[in-house]
Amino acid sequence: MTSTRNSRPTRRSVLRGFLGGAAVSVGLPLFDALLNDNGTAYAAGAPLPLRFGTWFWGLGHTPGRGIEALSGRDYRFIAECAALEPFRARYINYFSGFNTLLDGAASRVHYTGWVAAKCGTVPVKFSGMPAPTLDTFVADQLGRGTRFKSLELSSTGNPKDSLSYGAAGSHNAAEVSPLKFYQRIFGSGFRDPASGPFEPDARTLLRQSVLSAVTEDRKDLERVLGAADRARLDQYFTSVRELEKQLEISAAAPPSMESCRLPATPPDGAPTLAIEEVQAAHDALARILVLALACDQTRVFNLLYSQAASEIRARGTTFTHHILSHEEPMDVNLGYKVQTAWFNEQSFAALARFLTMLGEVREGDGTLLDHLLILAQTDTSDSKTHSVIGIPSLTIGRAGGRVRAGMNVAGNGGPISRVGLTVMQAMGVPVSEWGTRSLRTAEPLAEIMA
Amino acid sequence: MPASTARRLAMLVAAAAFCIAACAPKEPQVRGNRPQLRLLTEDQYRNIIQDVFGPQIAIGGALDPILREEDLVAVSAGRATVSASGFEKFATLGEGIARQVVDPANRDLLIPCRPRRADARDDACAAETLGRVGKLLYRRPLSGAELQRAVETAGAGAARVGDFFEGLTYGLSLLLVSPHFLFIADSLRDEVSPPALTGYAKAARLSFFLWNTTPDEALIDAATRGELDDRSGLEREAERLLKSPRLVNGVRALFSDMLQFEKFVGLSKDTEIYPAFDPQVAQDAREQLLRTITWHLLDQDEDYRRLFDTRVTFMSSALGRIYRVPVEDTVGWSRYEFPAGDMRAGIQTLAGFVALHSHPGRSSPTIRGRAVRELLLCQKVPDPPANTDFSKFNEPAATNLPARDRLKVHSTDATCAGCHRLTDPIGFALENFDGAGQPRTRDQGAAIDASGALDGTEFTDVRGLSGALSEHPSIPACLVQRVTSYALAGTGESFDMPWANYLAEVFRRDGYRLRPLLASIVGSPNFYAVELPVVQTAAAEESHR
Repeated sequence: MTSTRNSRPTRRSVLRGFLGGAAVSVGLPLFDALLNDNGTAYAAGAPLPLRFGTWFWGLGHTPGRGIEALSGRDYRFIAECAALEPFRARYINYFSGFNTLLDGAASRVHYTGWVAAKCGTVPVKFSGMPAPTLDTFVADQLGRGTRFKSLELSSTGNPKDSLSYGAAGSHNAAEVSPLKFYQRIFGSGFRDPASGPFEPDARTLLRQSVLSAVTEDRKDLERVLGAADRARLDQYFTSVRELEKQLEISAAAPPSMESCRLPATPPDGAPTLAIEEVQAAHDALARILVLALACDQTRVFNLLYSQAASEIRARGTTFTHHILSHEEPMDVNLGYKVQTAWFNEQSFAALARFLTMLGEVREGDGTLLDHLLILAQTDTSDSKTHSVIGIPSLTIGRAGGRVRAGMNVAGNGGPISRVGLTVMQAMGVPVSEWGTRSLRTAEPLAEIMA
Repeated sequence: MPASTARRLAMLVAAAAFCIAACAPKEPQVRGNRPQLRLLTEDQYRNIIQDVFGPQIAIGGALDPILREEDLVAVSAGRATVSASGFEKFATLGEGIARQVVDPANRDLLIPCRPRRADARDDACAAETLGRVGKLLYRRPLSGAELQRAVETAGAGAARVGDFFEGLTYGLSLLLVSPHFLFIADSLRDEVSPPALTGYAKAARLSFFLWNTTPDEALIDAATRGELDDRSGLEREAERLLKSPRLVNGVRALFSDMLQFEKFVGLSKDTEIYPAFDPQVAQDAREQLLRTITWHLLDQDEDYRRLFDTRVTFMSSALGRIYRVPVEDTVGWSRYEFPAGDMRAGIQTLAGFVALHSHPGRSSPTIRGRAVRELLLCQKVPDPPANTDFSKFNEPAATNLPARDRLKVHSTDATCAGCHRLTDPIGFALENFDGAGQPRTRDQGAAIDASGALDGTEFTDVRGLSGALSEHPSIPACLVQRVTSYALAGTGESFDMPWANYLAEVFRRDGYRLRPLLASIVGSPNFYAVELPVVQTAAAEESHR
């Protein structure tokens, strides 16, 4: 395995700092090519936007029933993951054998695994986050120019299920209703570039005046606050500023995007955890999200299909996916748990449908899949035993030519934070080291970088 | 009676009186928490909008939930912040509320003045409106600069679009997204040592604790007059709030938090297995618990422990389908008493409790037992170890066994038994209620054995659990611990433990009644105590020099 070790740290580590409590060394980008567009896809002379997303599913897949490793880095998706096979060669890397190094900390079931992978830090408390999740650093990098810095979505009907956390422990709650999501993106604040000459809405300017007046409230409140509360207030004012930026963008002419069109209005309501309702919600949210990306309303998203310890259930059965993963008896002839495997297959089928939607949106000489990178993660490698050793993850997409795909990337027991670091660097986040204790790493996975 | 005897008697009475005073537990003084910055909960936000603008104003959407990271959301609210999408929701809801306030249908009622011209700015009328609303939203009169900013926002808007009321929408929007409204911030009196809350901060503390909403105008005015800076004024206002019918809102909020009722949001059951359990049932099951709690504790002023063995509750027609009992009132709620000897006795046997702590398609003795331990007794049940070996469940027939047989491994395997013996014996006693809270006598074809044990008390059925729970010493102790923590937005750290212990004794002495407990809390200087962290104290002293 090759890796690019930072050979000249003194040159790169010019900006040392801390991001949100997690020790992060900020340096010059490792891959200078990242700063330049690869020149393959332009529309009307403007570079196509780079996008980043996460996709989360609970309970991994049955060990041995995800991929078949072939020679070298070749592999193919099998069994539970077979739905992804059509996308593999051009778009998907599968990361196997990366570990959650606990340094003696207790592993909380269905929690420690994903927290460590998203934060680069093993949680010692079992509530709250030890550091911001990596998507928020990417959003800081990519999300500045669009109406929405990032969008959080969950198919599970519960806004709390979002796994995105920013500074001061701020939780980015999820949209769960396709209709509310539609209204937020394509409602009154949306300017359709195809709808004729642009005229700014007078209300937008008045809303801006409200927000600029709010920022004056800051100093009165800060007087008696301790440092932690001041950070919370800072986060509040950062959020005010985000909305100001959103209004500024709404007050300007909309970007002209070749595949931008309005989605159909979806039905109202949030799903229960019956699998057909979850799938319908996932697909409805994904359809709107794809057009939000096509219309450049956001460049960062977090879409959650099922929670860690997924409570999704099939109608008329008494056991949820999670309970089945523990208590379902092994089929002695097949060598795996049949119902659990079915739920796992459904997760990857949902992901494949999402990728199909993305692949149908033309951009330049490719599709959205060529201009984004999705990091797909889960909470456990073997849900039966709650193992956090070798939790699988995937990257999907070419990121505008920044990333190569079609590889089975072996971690050989190294820290899972290497995947997160690589993804952040691919997205241009100026970070050369990430994580804490044994998850601290300065070694991105160079093999996937173009 | 000879004079000397009378004198002796008088001395005895005086001595006895002295002893009553001196022998009662002495209230410890606690240091107080750091000044708090608490984000409004969604319930508080809704209550305030209703109180300030009236029930005709619709709140068109949901706020981002505050994640429960402690035993109480009230404590988590002191750590929560506002994300970008969360602020967007405040802004959207705020503008929606402001539009309804200025709507021609509502403006006569809600706007205290008429502009000289409807198509221009009118700063006097804007100031009157924004000053009045702002005082209730900010829980104090607006400062001159704050009012000026709001009036200017409204005026500039009115001038731009040629409409006074449209402009006022933005002035009101400003108040509704301000951190002064969305965060309940403890303010401190100037130049007072040791540090003390302002009257406005005390008013907010009282009002949110007892009513779960913003202080009313009378309370804010009492603060303005300085009446909350001395004990008698504070006691007078505390008594007024305690006697108000709005106390029920505060008590509902307290128990909704303690019993984690946010889990009712989105609670659903498998519609094939439990066709009777629809969203209306979920909503009514929550309401039934709250009505049962407030009726016993407030309307009847009863012993808190009765909540765990009472047969009196309230029924709606939707719930009648779950309990399988006839309901007289098909529209509203009616009082209902389960017959003597019925399996239902105590809130832990009501459909809301047992259905909330179940799987979507079946009951769960483990989850129910854990809920009793953690929510009612304040005992922490450890999480399952990460390396749990579930292969012991892997007998092909296991999924079709009654719960007690299926979970046998919990008690026979040493790794499991440590924790499951804390939970499962409680949960087995509740097995006569299925995953939707419906009564049953058989599970998977076998008669249910509902015998169990709770901390040394053994019983043969669910009635035994009700008795054991109502007599359990941790039942009242847990309530006091939670109420203290809720009142102070603290976490049961050293600063409030001595006080909680004192209050537990007072609670016992007062017959475990909630009203006197609440009165003891708001009547104590500890409820208003505040302390600056050491660093800040040093910095403050430095700046004084």
